Amino acid sequence: MRQGGRVGLGLVLPLALAIGWEIAVDSGLVSGRLLPPPSRIGATLLDLAASGDLLMHVEATLIRVGLGFLWGAAAGILAGALVATLPILRWLVDPSVQALRAVPSLAWVPLFILWFGILETPKVLLIAVGVFFPVYVGVSGAIASVDRKLVEVGRIFRLSRLALAWRILLPAVLPATLVGLRTGLGLGFLFVVAAELMGASEGLGYLLVDGQQFSKPDQIVAAIITFALAGKLADMVLVTLTRPLTRWQDTARESL
Amino acid sequence: MVAATRERPAVQAVGARLSVEAVSHAFDIRGTPLPVLDRVSLAVEPGGFVALLGPSGCGKSTLLRLVAGLEPPDQGLITVDGDLVEGPDPSRLLVFQDPTLYPWRTVRGNVALGLEAQGVGRATRAARIDQALGLVGLAGFADAYPHQLSGGMAQRAALARALVNEPRLLLLDEPLGKLDALTRLAMQAELLRLWEEKRFTAVLVTHDVEEALILAERVIVLGDRPAAIRAELPVDAPYPRHRDDPDLVRLRRTILEILGQTT
Ligand SMILES: Nc1ncnc2c1ncn2[C@@H]1O[C@H](COP(=O)(O)OP(=O)(O)OP(=O)(O)O)[C@@H](O)[C@H]1O
Ligand SMILES: [Mg+2]
Repeated sequence: MRQGGRVGLGLVLPLALAIGWEIAVDSGLVSGRLLPPPSRIGATLLDLAASGDLLMHVEATLIRVGLGFLWGAAAGILAGALVATLPILRWLVDPSVQALRAVPSLAWVPLFILWFGILETPKVLLIAVGVFFPVYVGVSGAIASVDRKLVEVGRIFRLSRLALAWRILLPAVLPATLVGLRTGLGLGFLFVVAAELMGASEGLGYLLVDGQQFSKPDQIVAAIITFALAGKLADMVLVTLTRPLTRWQDTARESL
Repeated sequence: MVAATRERPAVQAVGARLSVEAVSHAFDIRGTPLPVLDRVSLAVEPGGFVALLGPSGCGKSTLLRLVAGLEPPDQGLITVDGDLVEGPDPSRLLVFQDPTLYPWRTVRGNVALGLEAQGVGRATRAARIDQALGLVGLAGFADAYPHQLSGGMAQRAALARALVNEPRLLLLDEPLGKLDALTRLAMQAELLRLWEEKRFTAVLVTHDVEEALILAERVIVLGDRPAAIRAELPVDAPYPRHRDDPDLVRLRRTILEILGQTT
């Protein structure tokens, strides 16, 4: 109940601003040409949805994010696990990865375009790069910080190496890995915008570019809102899907 | 069911003979060796109960880790029933100073670990786990997660996790250290009862001189780091012992003097 009240309180400011803007434009106080009132944005959204365009754009964007996320997460988990468990590899590879991590990922865009053209490959790759780093850092950090004694208890009971990895290391690193994946997914949405801005014929980013070129601010805002919803929804799906894996943590949080 | 819970041969329930011969050990702290154990020798007969006392940081936990086989000693020999200790083994269980339970497993799941690793069947496992939890008074908390336990309950869960495997040598690193005075007394009695019933060999590290005297047949006092054995005192009083027993009171004073804490 109290939490519901707090959510409601958070809505007050945006709602008031929206209503205020609507009234201001309605009464002719401002033109609303550069920032259309909520009703116009809503109408644009409905139009886009009704024509089926919105679904097509959302789908294109989600597929890119999904593919980039899969590749980036898989590479991040694999590299993170290898680097954390094999010291040689850590000394050999980790400094380079950390150096690459310092490069603002958008700086890759021109290079990727040169290498892979402007079709799907560079877009998915850019998103994958964005997803890779938080996952890599999360996984390698989690493995490195597993309590040595938890492993020793397993050794005392003579768990096989496989059982040790499966029953002790995996659950121990899962929470940090999931945090990494979640951060990665968020970055995936950040990067899909950049990827679609570099040239696309469909996708929410295309709606942004198109809105700018043809001076349709309502379309831009509509795309922004859809981005926010899609990102939030994807995050919720990830959290819901992975919740059973860390249920013990939820009970820990509840009892706090 | 009843037959299944006794699938291990009866011999297994009997304690192991432990022998530590001239064991020295050093840790490496940033390139400088830190000697921790200095030619420690001790022997515990099958079914014996020995307590180790010594100042903090002298190397008691280290000695238990070596006996458990978690690390090889730099020098010296550790044998159990004449066999060289070369690695950890479920017949030789160490209960850590802090409980180190798996936070993602319930109490039952934690206690189950050793049995799972040995491939004990589900039904047998459940029966033995319930029995072990009953022994430590956690029967009602089988499905709780470790963070839902008090410090003392967590330590009892760790004890149950060891006991359920019917170890032949039980290495206890201050297992009652976090308990309040009353629970502590109750657990001491419980430990004694378990030891008398199961006849495992026990090595108990403790800071509490009285606890050592109530429980152990022999008390070994270690000196400052690097720890060498300062004294070995047999405790002959019959069980159950009373802490006001004049013999024990005298022994207590002697031990405190050896520890350099004359009161
Ligand atoms: N893995 C390690 N690496 C380096 N030094 C260690 C390690 N483990 C223990 N030591 C050192 O060895 C010494 C003995 O440690 P140990 O844990 O055996 O002491 P203890 O007698 O159990 O002390 P306490 O009664 O406080 O538990 C300490 O000085 C500690 O710093
Ligand atoms: Mg210790």
